[in-house]
Amino acid sequence: MGTHAADIESDNTDQLVVEQLARETAAGSDRRETMAAAVRQVFIFSAFIGLLAVAYTVYKVFGQAIDDAQTDWWAIGSILPRSDDLNMPPVVDILKAFTVTPGGTDKVLGLQLFDEALFTLREAAVGFVAGAIIGLAIAVLLVRSKKLENGLLPYVIASQTVPLIAIAPIVVIWGRKNLDFLPWEWQDWMSVSIIASFLTFFPVAVNGLRGLQSPKPENLELMESYAASWRQTLFQLRFPASVPYLFAAFKIAATASIVGAIVGEISAGVPGGLGRRILSQALVYTTAPARLYAAVIGSALLGIFVFLLIAGTEKFVLGRQGREAVT
Amino acid sequence: MSDHAVNVQRVSKVFNLGKTNEVHAVDNVDLTINNGEFVTLIGPSGCGKSTLLRLIASLVEPTGGSIEVNGKPAEQARLDREYGMAFQKAGLFDWRSVSKNIELPLELMGWSKSERASRAQEMLELVKLPEFGDHHPAELSGGMQQRIAIARSLAFNPSLLLMDEPFGALDEMTREHMQDELLRIWDETDTTVVFVTHSIAEAVYLSSRVVVMSPRPGQISEIIEVGLGDRDTSTREDPEFFKMVTVVREALRSVESQ
Repeated sequence: MGTHAADIESDNTDQLVVEQLARETAAGSDRRETMAAAVRQVFIFSAFIGLLAVAYTVYKVFGQAIDDAQTDWWAIGSILPRSDDLNMPPVVDILKAFTVTPGGTDKVLGLQLFDEALFTLREAAVGFVAGAIIGLAIAVLLVRSKKLENGLLPYVIASQTVPLIAIAPIVVIWGRKNLDFLPWEWQDWMSVSIIASFLTFFPVAVNGLRGLQSPKPENLELMESYAASWRQTLFQLRFPASVPYLFAAFKIAATASIVGAIVGEISAGVPGGLGRRILSQALVYTTAPARLYAAVIGSALLGIFVFLLIAGTEKFVLGRQGREAVT
Repeated sequence: MSDHAVNVQRVSKVFNLGKTNEVHAVDNVDLTINNGEFVTLIGPSGCGKSTLLRLIASLVEPTGGSIEVNGKPAEQARLDREYGMAFQKAGLFDWRSVSKNIELPLELMGWSKSERASRAQEMLELVKLPEFGDHHPAELSGGMQQRIAIARSLAFNPSLLLMDEPFGALDEMTREHMQDELLRIWDETDTTVVFVTHSIAEAVYLSSRVVVMSPRPGQISEIIEVGLGDRDTSTREDPEFFKMVTVVREALRSVESQ
């Protein structure tokens, strides 16, 4: 090449370096922006909760005023809830409920709820992991063969129409009777995990299938040109490509696992977790309504916690690869 | 090894055979490509040039005829990894770093980790991006990504490189730069290249022979020897270059007016 060509060469290289510098600067400010965004989100969430408490209180005061004036306003009690302390305990009472020690126990309710949340979390976590593994296995099976996808997918979808409440006691009894061959002692909370996994496998199977099918034709052709085996294509292409889809599914599955565990505990009568707590507080609601509210808030916090755990992991994993989440 | 890198004999490809939407993508094509040649397939869209390339790559099964690559049946050649391939889209895996992308075929072939790493670095130097190994593809420009794709296709030292409009999505300046890079790499590596394009100037600038194809059914209508000698920056302004461009353009025109 002549000297003229060398000039073009160095021009091009310079341009590449400039482009690269611009990208690195952008990446730095991206990190700062991520931090700022996280702080902003926490702030917005707190503000939202605060506003909710204010709205709750304002409605309560408004309803009380109508009651006190002894005017009968038709909407309250029919469409809108009654605002007396039984139906809507004051926010302060609900907060106080966390700090009182219920009779016959030696711990404040807040700490008891925390222990029960851990119990439910264990059920949910085992159910989540089991469901994720089963869901992924189904997704791999379905992506392997179009016939299986056409034949099996309707049943996977139909499985979600089975009412959990109906199968929960069956699973518990079946677990006690039939799972005694396992090397560990079968406990009822494990049956609740099975019930939770029934809700978690589904989003993982459906979204996982979408993710495993997401590689573009040119990516699949590339693997074929390398004479890659089906297994190599699965592990080097399909699985990594499905990660953003799987995280979207994990977020749904994580919250569903908490719901599944609570419903499972209630309908199978398994003590020790938030489900049993909600049930027993509901039974004594008229004497201590704020405690049921506290139990419900505890359950909600657990759900938010597992959601954030998955969302954080997703940001970490995908962020390091410079990829974006599928929403 | 046989003298011919590619030997295509009376090959046909019909898609949706026997159905109402039957398409004769490639019809009774003969083509022989010698070792070390740079051959371009050009033609209007739908002329079967990409299909012919995929037939050579054994990514598509022919409905008739025979294809040999390096003296082996095309499918055996694919299984033996006789060729590397580059597509219009770079198609890098965005969860892998640039180095790991280049290492992908080596990983599939069971190379050791240290062999892979040193090979990836060699290839990065070949495409003149030695300092970008640890970056992720999303951080690179389109031209840089395409260069990595070429590095990936050459990583295991195939004697044949199949390219399907690899520079089609690049801007004119980057494209010319990439063409020079490709010729340099071709020169340095003794690779045979089969290159699909729809740009006349690109075909003339790059190749020793231009294969002009006609559509419906896809056939070879003319093979033009380019004979411009070694390319340098003055080639693009050479009257001989323009003459060849005109020859190819007229061949394409006669194809389209059929």
